[in-house]
Amino acid sequence: MDHAPITPTTTPRSTTPPPVSAPPATAGPAMTARGLAKRFGTTTALAGVDVDLDGGRSLAVMGPSGSGKSTLLHCLAGILVPDAGTVTLRGREVGTLGERERSLLRRRHYGFVFQFGQLLSELPAIENIALPSMLLGANRRQATELAAQWMHSLGLAGMEQRRPGELSGGQAQRVAVARALITGPAVVFADEPTGALDQATGAEVMRVLTETTRAAGAALVVVTHDATVAGWCDESIEMRDGTVVDRGVLR
Amino acid sequence: MNNETDWDYLVPLLQKAFGETLWMVSISLLIAGVAGLALGLAVYVTRRGNFLENRIVFTVLNLLINTIRPIPFIIFVFAVGPLTMALVGRTIGIEAAIPPMAIMAAVAFARLVEQNLVALDPGVVEAARAMGASRWRIVWSVLIPEALGPLILAFTFLTIAVIDMSAVVGMIGAGGLGDFAIRHGYQRFNWEVVWATVAIIIVLVQLVQVLGNALARKALRR
Repeated sequence: MDHAPITPTTTPRSTTPPPVSAPPATAGPAMTARGLAKRFGTTTALAGVDVDLDGGRSLAVMGPSGSGKSTLLHCLAGILVPDAGTVTLRGREVGTLGERERSLLRRRHYGFVFQFGQLLSELPAIENIALPSMLLGANRRQATELAAQWMHSLGLAGMEQRRPGELSGGQAQRVAVARALITGPAVVFADEPTGALDQATGAEVMRVLTETTRAAGAALVVVTHDATVAGWCDESIEMRDGTVVDRGVLR
Repeated sequence: MNNETDWDYLVPLLQKAFGETLWMVSISLLIAGVAGLALGLAVYVTRRGNFLENRIVFTVLNLLINTIRPIPFIIFVFAVGPLTMALVGRTIGIEAAIPPMAIMAAVAFARLVEQNLVALDPGVVEAARAMGASRWRIVWSVLIPEALGPLILAFTFLTIAVIDMSAVVGMIGAGGLGDFAIRHGYQRFNWEVVWATVAIIIVLVQLVQVLGNALARKALRR
């Protein structure tokens, strides 16, 4: 292949309204969280968690089931609103925005990779990847072209018209990675991205995920209970009962 | 009395009846397709745990569907007489057949739509929500495309049910193939006419089913 693995960074956004006071891509932390707390009924899921994340860096959030790692991801990603604490994206407080604004924020500035990919089973791979771009207002042709570039750079060329059911687990997760990155997000959130894969395939998906987010300058948060998976990230935090019990910089 | 069937006399009447059936079925399906899809989506999205959860709306709509659906259609046609009168200004004739057919078909389709949506993986809706898709985008970009194949099959099923209904509204002078079979066949002890009409209905239903299957296959394997 005469093609260097490029990461398309331009997103067709011409037809979209101006972002919620678009945070500029400046140096400095992409995302910070201070004192995040969240309770569900009488259960404390988060009890004061701080996170710092730079663009192009990756963070593994580890811990056993029920330690609060998914709640942390949901609070950072604006899916949940924390009871206390702040989340800032490129210096702007976003943790407590209203539902509509958080939706817009997720659409514009975040990418998501889920455990089972959660691809639309009736849509071909290329349309699955194009979808977030179309959610942002790109027309079908622009979005499809961009999606094709992403498929090419992630080694999925030739699989454009396959449906998720016709892809292997690793291929489906690479489609999910492309879908998360197509809008040029500031932060990519991955919740157990290798949870449904075997070791070797999981490693390959983590390699693609960490390399492409780094190349795109996006920050990456990976929730996992698997130390091997965490080993692909630059930093890690270990959680227990809603607090961070250990922090490490791996590279 | 001449026992031989006078097809020269009957064929034009049969053609007219066929046209009446097609007309009633098409108009009713058009209304029921739109209304049933909207109603089915509304029940689905307001269901507990879904993204527009609303107990009051869900309960009212669900009750409405459950109340109308078990009513035998032949009774329903008469029971909605006052509503039919209000809507089309008369309770007999082909226009008067549309309201009961459309309403019954709409609630049936609503249930079919809802059942097909409930069968979808809730994870994809969750994922779309996480990605920041608006509610309308979820409906148009996720729910409908994901359920398109089964929805086409459900609509095919509905079409055949409405053809069935169209035979009943002969009771209120709406004409159609069912009415033709009864008046020119059964009531004159002419089984030839009954069977000929039945054969036409079978062919019509088969054509609908074949078309529906082909469209669904296309949707499922784009």
